[in-house]
Amino acid sequence: MEEGEGNREVEVAPALVAVHPSHSSVVVAVASDLRVYDLSGDRPVTLGDEPGRSNHSDSIRAIRYAPDGELFVSAGDDKRVNVWSVDSWRCIGTVCCEKRVSSVAISPNGLYVCFADKFGVVWVVSVEKDDADQQFVKDKPTPMLAHYCSIITSLAFSPDGRFLVSADRDSKIRVSVVPKEPLKGAHEIQSFCLGHSEFVSCLDFVYTSEYSKGLLVSGSGDSTVRLWDCETGSLLDIFDVGSKVDDFAPNGVEGEMHYVVTDLCASPNDTRIAVAVQSLNGIVLLNCDLPGKTLSIIMVVRIAGEAFIPTSLGTGSGQNLMWMVAGVSKLTGLDSTLPIVLVKTMTGFRSNTDQEPTVQPSNEIPGSLKLLEHLQGSLQVEGPAISAAANAWRLAMCNLMVKKQYSAETREFRKRTRNDKKAAQ
Amino acid sequence: MQEKVVGSTHSKTTGLPRKRFYRARAHSNPLSDSHFPVPLCPGQFDYSLHYPQLFPSSSNNGCVKKIQFADIGCGFGGLLVSLSTLFPETLMIGMEIRDKVTEYVKERISALRTTNPGQYQNISVVRTNSMKYIPNYFEKGQLTKMFFLFPDPHFKEKNHRRRVISPHLLDEYAYTLAVGGIIYTITDVEELGEWMESCLDEHPMFEAVSEEEVKADPVVNLLTSATEEGQKVARNGGKTFRAIYRRISPSSS
Repeated sequence: MEEGEGNREVEVAPALVAVHPSHSSVVVAVASDLRVYDLSGDRPVTLGDEPGRSNHSDSIRAIRYAPDGELFVSAGDDKRVNVWSVDSWRCIGTVCCEKRVSSVAISPNGLYVCFADKFGVVWVVSVEKDDADQQFVKDKPTPMLAHYCSIITSLAFSPDGRFLVSADRDSKIRVSVVPKEPLKGAHEIQSFCLGHSEFVSCLDFVYTSEYSKGLLVSGSGDSTVRLWDCETGSLLDIFDVGSKVDDFAPNGVEGEMHYVVTDLCASPNDTRIAVAVQSLNGIVLLNCDLPGKTLSIIMVVRIAGEAFIPTSLGTGSGQNLMWMVAGVSKLTGLDSTLPIVLVKTMTGFRSNTDQEPTVQPSNEIPGSLKLLEHLQGSLQVEGPAISAAANAWRLAMCNLMVKKQYSAETREFRKRTRNDKKAAQ
Repeated sequence: MQEKVVGSTHSKTTGLPRKRFYRARAHSNPLSDSHFPVPLCPGQFDYSLHYPQLFPSSSNNGCVKKIQFADIGCGFGGLLVSLSTLFPETLMIGMEIRDKVTEYVKERISALRTTNPGQYQNISVVRTNSMKYIPNYFEKGQLTKMFFLFPDPHFKEKNHRRRVISPHLLDEYAYTLAVGGIIYTITDVEELGEWMESCLDEHPMFEAVSEEEVKADPVVNLLTSATEEGQKVARNGGKTFRAIYRRISPSSS
């Protein structure tokens, strides 16, 4: 059991970012903290009418706005899923899960909240309106589908709401048909998108108004971004991040998990995709040719002077701006155990702009210093701490996702504690 | 030296492998991480390795024949061997998680192929965890029959999720089976029999096969007579519990 304890020590959660579809607010989650900034009102938001009830008590692992922007959901290691009404930032319901939650998604019609646990089960709850037109969550979740005993790393609804896509640590992507009554389970599998050779870390859909069904993009521990037709499960194109190694000239970090794709973010109703890669201080900007079904690289956007390795990316609909955060829930080894997070934005994200993609200086970020102070918790985040955070996260992800290899001797040694072996001795 | 080794693990008269050299623990944890090779997708499954006479080169061009029967947890392979001659034109595969038992089935098939030239070319076996990797081996709607014979009962409630028939895994079996395909389950454990039947009954993509059809199906008798576990149950005068269901299209309602 020494394995488990070792894991717990390096177990840190990455900082996350989510942007309201119409860019009216932005949320950063780090450790158990949910920090909301109202962009249209240009002010920090204080959450919840009952702070004790709705706050998380352990690392938040997943946050997501509903596609229509009415709801927001947060969940994580405290096995609780909180559903928020975005207008009032009131928590309209808390769902308890038996296991830690690894991913969340809200259906495009805003009626169902799905969340996945670390044992591979995707649960669903419905959001309903009471007589006073107040939304509330029916609090008993029902299992909708399951990946056999594998951490589900990402959930995504297709833009038309027909499919729910789930990705796991065993390199599998499952496309399920969303039934008329999701509470009875999604039993019909449309396809499996198979081809990644390592865990799948992130999913998103690229779509435009002409190509409204969209194509699925996935990022993985095998250093590739892949483009799929989720209706047939066929692999359309592969972008190998590893082949761009020389261009990256990384900061001398050795070992595996080097070019792991950690997050991707497709610009809604557009063809651009931002890709975050482990150990790259910046992002890779890709373009998806939807009719041609191919991926191509636009450029690598670097963040000069700092070890800013994004842990999460987010953008709003029709926005030229992409948000990125870097940080972790805690740092061991350094004096402070406070969560660390840094927020940055990049302009020139969309394909229909003349603007060169550039990372903005902090005074040009919407909300400027006031926003940074609220979302980061402090204006001064020190360079060494950010580097340490990047390292801690790399280790944690490696521990969580990569299958452990045991030598033949270790395996034999571990078998000795088995009852049938004991009797034989 | 080589001959001597072969001589000791294989019967001298029939050339078949002797079971006593391939015994393995009856239980295997399907939840643990696997470290054996798995094809990344069905297209990467090498038919020429498994059916060398039917697929002479490793490029499968021209030959579109695919595996249609899968025996999940095939054990020592009794059912496969019987089905092979009953359906000589159908490709079938056994899937087994225990390494040694898989080795036995491999040896058994290769011995049968040697002693009966031209026969037993349509069966093979892979070591895999079918609960995790079924979609890596078969495409959508590829199979016409799936067998789950005498699976591990996993009595404890906390271990029910290790059972090979479960509500969520049936989604994957329904995906691999063609509409009209049949899933055969049998056990000598009454509790498990009830569990498998209720899982299948409640699943919207399966319906029970009628008694008449079951009686007319030549495969049904093999479930008990051809399998090592079935023979053992019969020897001890035990009862068996069957559930045979057909894959249907989900109703659009």
